[in-house]
Amino acid sequence: MPTARVLRWLRSRFPLYVLIFLFVAFAAFPFYWMTITTFKQDEDLFHVATDSKYNPYRFNLPPTLSHLKQLIFETPYFTFLRNTLFVGLLVVAITLLISVPAGYSLARLLGRWGEQLGIGIFLTYLVPPTLLFIPLARLIALLGLSDTLWSLVLIYPTFTIPFCTWLLMGFFKSIPKDIEEQAMVDGHSRLGAILKTVLPLSLPGLLTVVIFSLTLVMQEFVYALTFINAVGKMTLSLGVPIALVHDVYRWGPLMAAVLISSIPVAILYNLFLDRFIAGFTGGAVKG
Amino acid sequence: MEAAREIPRARYRYLLDRERLLGPLLISPAIGYILLLIGLPLLLAIYLSFTNAISGQLSAQFVGLKNFQTILADPLFFQALKNTFIFTSISMLIVLILAKVLALTLLKSFPGRPIVRFLILLPWVAPISLTTLSWDWVLGASNATLSTINWTLRAVGILGPQDWIWWTSYTTPAMAAIILIQVWRLLPFATIILLAGLTSIPQDIQDAATVDGAGFWRRLFEIILPLMLPIVAVAVLFGIIFTATDMTVVYILTRGGPYNSTHVLASLAWQRGIFGGQLGQGAAIAIFLFPLLLIVAFFMLRLARRTEVA
Amino acid sequence: MAIVEARDLKKYFGKVRAVDGVDLFVQDGEFLVLLGPSGSGKTTLMRMIAGLEQPTAGEILIGSQVVNNLPPRVRKIAMVFQSYALYPHKTAFDNIAFPLRAQGLGLKVIYEKVNWAANLLGIAHLLRRKPRELSGGERQRVALARAIVREPSVFLLDEPLSNLDAKLRHAARDELKRFQRSIGTTTIYVTHDQIEAMGLGDRIAIMNEGKVRQIGTPYEIYHEPADTFVATFVGTPPMNLIARAERLIGFRPESFLPKEIYNAHEDLVSFSFHVRRVEHLGSDRLLYGSLTGKEESPVIAKLPLTVSIPIQEGGNYEFAVRQRDLKFFSPQTSQRTEEES
Repeated sequence: MPTARVLRWLRSRFPLYVLIFLFVAFAAFPFYWMTITTFKQDEDLFHVATDSKYNPYRFNLPPTLSHLKQLIFETPYFTFLRNTLFVGLLVVAITLLISVPAGYSLARLLGRWGEQLGIGIFLTYLVPPTLLFIPLARLIALLGLSDTLWSLVLIYPTFTIPFCTWLLMGFFKSIPKDIEEQAMVDGHSRLGAILKTVLPLSLPGLLTVVIFSLTLVMQEFVYALTFINAVGKMTLSLGVPIALVHDVYRWGPLMAAVLISSIPVAILYNLFLDRFIAGFTGGAVKG
Repeated sequence: MEAAREIPRARYRYLLDRERLLGPLLISPAIGYILLLIGLPLLLAIYLSFTNAISGQLSAQFVGLKNFQTILADPLFFQALKNTFIFTSISMLIVLILAKVLALTLLKSFPGRPIVRFLILLPWVAPISLTTLSWDWVLGASNATLSTINWTLRAVGILGPQDWIWWTSYTTPAMAAIILIQVWRLLPFATIILLAGLTSIPQDIQDAATVDGAGFWRRLFEIILPLMLPIVAVAVLFGIIFTATDMTVVYILTRGGPYNSTHVLASLAWQRGIFGGQLGQGAAIAIFLFPLLLIVAFFMLRLARRTEVA
Repeated sequence: MAIVEARDLKKYFGKVRAVDGVDLFVQDGEFLVLLGPSGSGKTTLMRMIAGLEQPTAGEILIGSQVVNNLPPRVRKIAMVFQSYALYPHKTAFDNIAFPLRAQGLGLKVIYEKVNWAANLLGIAHLLRRKPRELSGGERQRVALARAIVREPSVFLLDEPLSNLDAKLRHAARDELKRFQRSIGTTTIYVTHDQIEAMGLGDRIAIMNEGKVRQIGTPYEIYHEPADTFVATFVGTPPMNLIARAERLIGFRPESFLPKEIYNAHEDLVSFSFHVRRVEHLGSDRLLYGSLTGKEESPVIAKLPLTVSIPIQEGGNYEFAVRQRDLKFFSPQTSQRTEEES
């Protein structure tokens, strides 16, 4: 009896699917909404005000690319994007330069001490920007970096370094010690062994750090809000909600900006999710 | 023989073979960065809270507890303190319950699971300042007549034809909206962490408990929950930090309004310290987040120590 | 080729004395096995010789030169780890070529040497594979090839056979020994497996609790143990030790046989043996029981298949040991003492 089987299957699976649907709808709704907004004509967007028969969930008029065009040609969106990439790449470079040796040192060279120090460094990741933006504003002013991208380049590593050092420490620990000792017996110094064996083997870890730093930079808002005033110096996460918003909200281009800025970050992050989780949960999972 | 010949030529390189030297050498840039740009500012924050420093002027006088007297006499401060507490506790409570349900749901395999996972994760991975803006649009925070939510509530008959929810014009809906966004954003994070905890419980242990005659509830309360406790703690501790210290949602959605009724400590500190230029007062407000941080750090450390022992 | 020497070598990890005053002299071309239970300090000793650990005190000499302050790379040693430590991101060829590249040799020389080593070990056809595509035995050969390719003066091998399955281990042991003889490089080999040690070593150094208890040929170690630790550590089942008249008397289970199988004129010491349990192991019978007398002491007898006398569990039998197979130890120092006078 295929129908009975289908029914039984439905009955056992149905609640699960309803639950999943509800959660997905909740999580993804704003993204659905920004997508449909991006491609709707203005007339279609603003009709909802007056007519409860007028279904806003679908295209009532043909979709349009005009909002995207407006965003690209009439707003400083590309300036924001360029600034974000500039800060992002420099922050990634600084993070790698500092976290790789630090993570290695914690994992291999400092012994029992390294464990404690590692936890200490990780804890500094918990110090929120909220506690620091006031003194840092002072510091940035003292250094003459106010309203420059360099202020962000200098400050963003304060949250990428602790987390990435922690991530890399875990990564380096997972590489068998024998292999670098072998490289040392085979004729390399400790540094040579790191360069020839440890780094190539931890390529996935390094990539994770790159992505993580990049996404953190793209998400950061508070420091950027504090240090940057000039529209020409803003990053995406700051510029879009602050400088693209005027008295009359131009929701079409605005949602287009949100959409095309969020989705790449989301995809990148999703690819490396499992490693981030391992970092967040630290030893607790293995416990 | 050959080793003997190499000694003088390469002696300086032997320094880098010494682990006692190499270890501290490699870690020192990180420690330096952290001390200089986290440690020092933290001390500076405490110092500033005792001065009358204002932005744009580098000199500042020590004024003792004056800043604290000012903010403690300010009802707005207590409002912000209360809001911080309300937003954090309510959203954490909702997040934990929903995350537990969602994690148990996602534990089962079903077709399309990777896509579902991606969609459910979106709120966590997309920049919050941008997604808050899209919530502004969904809710019609800036213009209730454009609110999809209002339209939908009307379509299903909850709202009458002439009823409008002006989401950010009144305190209660504004606070509800802020909590909604915090829940929305933290849910994926908490779910994924709980999921990691669930999958990390060895099947052996569950099987052993089943063989020992434990039913589902006994397994849940005596095996699964105790084993997951460290993980739940991680999710809660991070969640608290993320919510209690966040000012992005409040800043973009309400700017603390209406009538400063939705300020949290972080946004109030920003308002006073950066926007208003009263660095000393801003620092004094932000300092109140410090005990919270210490508590969280304390539990994190205990957690780390406990898992180390195990 | 080189002589390896350790002089009063010590390594403390905090309060733990991993290596506690070791003197060792390894001859040029010798195959020396460091044998001991886990935690006896044998691996730490080898790692100090390799330069991977810094001694707390004492000296290490390779080729009569003190190498304490030299990093591993200039000690002219090659090491094979228990895990083989093959570089997982490199092919077999690149693994073997790795030490040569570190020396900065030319491409042509590297190519020739790698091929020479690969042919010697019969892995020329595997050179393009990565470690994960190789079997356990093949990995071991790649690790060995990498060790010999730079023609080191000393080989250090840390339990290189322990990851192979039992069948392969026999063949690999034989091959390793022949290989070492043919190239004649001084070799130090760490293991906790006494069969491996007996089979491979020219001499064996038995270690326990950071100290070398005895150094000698396999024959000496087995037949003339220096103390009760060596006596009971080497040999399965271990040597029987019984307390008699202020002394410990030791004899091997296989020298403890029914009295009737000895020739009448042999100089025997006999015991009354109560057999509690009999194990049939195919080639041998193991008898577990105790000597009856003033003090009951548990002993084990190992009868070869050729002794077909029926033995019942629970029975009492007259067993005997040749006088010359008895070893005497001082119960205070556990050292060997003079033979019966």
